[in-house]
Amino acid sequence: MSDAATHPPILSGRELGFSAGGRALVTNASLDLLAGTTTIVIGPNGAGKSTLLKLLTGEIAPAGGEIDIGGEALRAIPGWRLACQRAVMAQHARLAFPFSVYEVARLGVDGIGRALPRPRREAIVAECLAAAGVFDLAGRSYQTLSGGEQQRVQFARVLCQLEAGRSIAERQLLFLDEPIASLDLCHQLALLDMARSIAARGVAVLVVLHDLNLAVTYADHLVVMDRGRIIAQGPPAQTLDDALLQQVFRVDLSLSRAPAPGMPFLLPQQHRGRPAA
Amino acid sequence: MTFAVPSQAMPTPSLSGLVASRRRLGLIALGGLGAACLLLAVIAVGQGAVAIAPGRVAAILAGWLTGNGAALEGRDVLVVLNIRLPRVLLGLLVGAGLAVSGALMQGLFRNPLADPGLVGVSAGAGLAAAATIVLGDRFLAGTLMKLPFAVLPFGAFCGGLVSTLVLYVIATREGRTSVATMLLAGVALGALSGALTGLLSFVSDDRQLRDLTFWSLGSLGGASWTKLSAVAPIILPLLLLMPFLARGLNGLMLGEAEAYHLGIPVQRIKAMAILLVALAVGASVAAAGLIGFVGIVVPHLVRLWVGPDHRLLLPLSALGGAMLLVAADIVARLIVAPAELPIGIVTAALGAPFFLWLLLRRTSLLDV
Repeated sequence: MSDAATHPPILSGRELGFSAGGRALVTNASLDLLAGTTTIVIGPNGAGKSTLLKLLTGEIAPAGGEIDIGGEALRAIPGWRLACQRAVMAQHARLAFPFSVYEVARLGVDGIGRALPRPRREAIVAECLAAAGVFDLAGRSYQTLSGGEQQRVQFARVLCQLEAGRSIAERQLLFLDEPIASLDLCHQLALLDMARSIAARGVAVLVVLHDLNLAVTYADHLVVMDRGRIIAQGPPAQTLDDALLQQVFRVDLSLSRAPAPGMPFLLPQQHRGRPAA
Repeated sequence: MTFAVPSQAMPTPSLSGLVASRRRLGLIALGGLGAACLLLAVIAVGQGAVAIAPGRVAAILAGWLTGNGAALEGRDVLVVLNIRLPRVLLGLLVGAGLAVSGALMQGLFRNPLADPGLVGVSAGAGLAAAATIVLGDRFLAGTLMKLPFAVLPFGAFCGGLVSTLVLYVIATREGRTSVATMLLAGVALGALSGALTGLLSFVSDDRQLRDLTFWSLGSLGGASWTKLSAVAPIILPLLLLMPFLARGLNGLMLGEAEAYHLGIPVQRIKAMAILLVALAVGASVAAAGLIGFVGIVVPHLVRLWVGPDHRLLLPLSALGGAMLLVAADIVARLIVAPAELPIGIVTAALGAPFFLWLLLRRTSLLDV
């Protein structure tokens, strides 16, 4: 996507390591996040995907290796400035008290958007609620929503933070940890489309995903993890092959490949029943 | 489903209406509760063995504030200015301090059941206060005739701080607070503090024993300007610092990691909240003894009314707590007049049934 020679990566992680309870969760992981690029991390359960994401967001400090954002060490960047530069959507989000959907989304602009005039802040929240498809739920209590609706509200909050931070930081990062786990297919595709369009705006996007089909569809850069290590990374078409699938996911499956561009291509799964006579 | 890049889509009237009505509710609540609090305070100053009409009270207070000597004549002036006013002001301060402490602890532990009285923080402060009375008296007897009052809030503060820290360390693992652990640890801490306080009462003399009884039930009876001047510098900063904590506590509702991602200085907010709670509870316990349930009832009612946003919750809890304590003090003074009921009995009699109702209504509270 972007030209690494002219545009240095927004975030660069070198030889990252992290262990907890005597178990190495991430070992020797190096990863660059480029502007305008959607990076998708896949791997079996316990491969260290979430831990890698936590390392890159600064939530946990690596035991070894270094992370820098725009040439500056992650640890040296004050929290509020980091918050302007990157937004994070974690896996589980439970609320202790019955905040309304509007209030949850507003948390994204409350901290870093203080410099913005109030009408602008309110407009951001409204836009992002609409963008995440939860505008109509604005007055509902977050706790009464379904898991999928809650996930979309969290996404709206993350969008708010990104939008509010955009006036302060130009080179931004978006981290999504299994953002579509509770969503139906329609919303899965919509959220990933949204993530792509944010990347198209120049944001470096990193998504942890379980669905391999969606991963290869949406990734510009695919990262495959297993047992704490990055096994392979690169453009999806060149990264994933049968041997890797068998080695990493322990499934005996062969990959199907779409024929060369321009060729008509049918998937029997798309069969929609008999047409009316 | 319209998923589009956030652009200049205008908020529909429904959302801006929602926002405006929330803000209006907040302003009405603040203004209304503020006015009601003032009114209740004036009425409270008039209540007691010598009844004074609210109009007369207002005139005396206005004369006192403006330095207008004409209004300051008559026997009732002394009653108002030297006895009733410090008592009501102490009630306002202690009530506000306890309610805000409750709201802060609930935000910190992310649970509506956290309350300084319930989880042993007040008991810890009470123990330290009792230790200050009994042991302080004993060891300082040779050097000082009487302990200066300011030592008590300090002692109680240390007790409250130690209890809060112990509780937090025990109940919080990897940024998540276990409510069951918190409540059980609180019960254990409370019992331990109670046992040690009992031990102290065993070795204390008659006068100290009377003081200790006073701690355990709570009363605003000993209010004086001296006491007030020792407590005010501790509780007022808490009330002034509330706005700086509110935003951070709102972010903490999502979890500590999310709050960090939002750019909130999580550790600083937590340290500040713990310190302020310990200070306020310590000062309250030192000045008025153990007064339970204010910290759990008031923030909960405010949340039911205006929602859990701390920017409203904290100031409204302060006003509500101040009103509840002053009202409870009126009841305590009038119900068995000319004697006085300890105020802790009144708040417990109101608060305990409320707490049970809370448990009945929301069985899922302990799941968090």
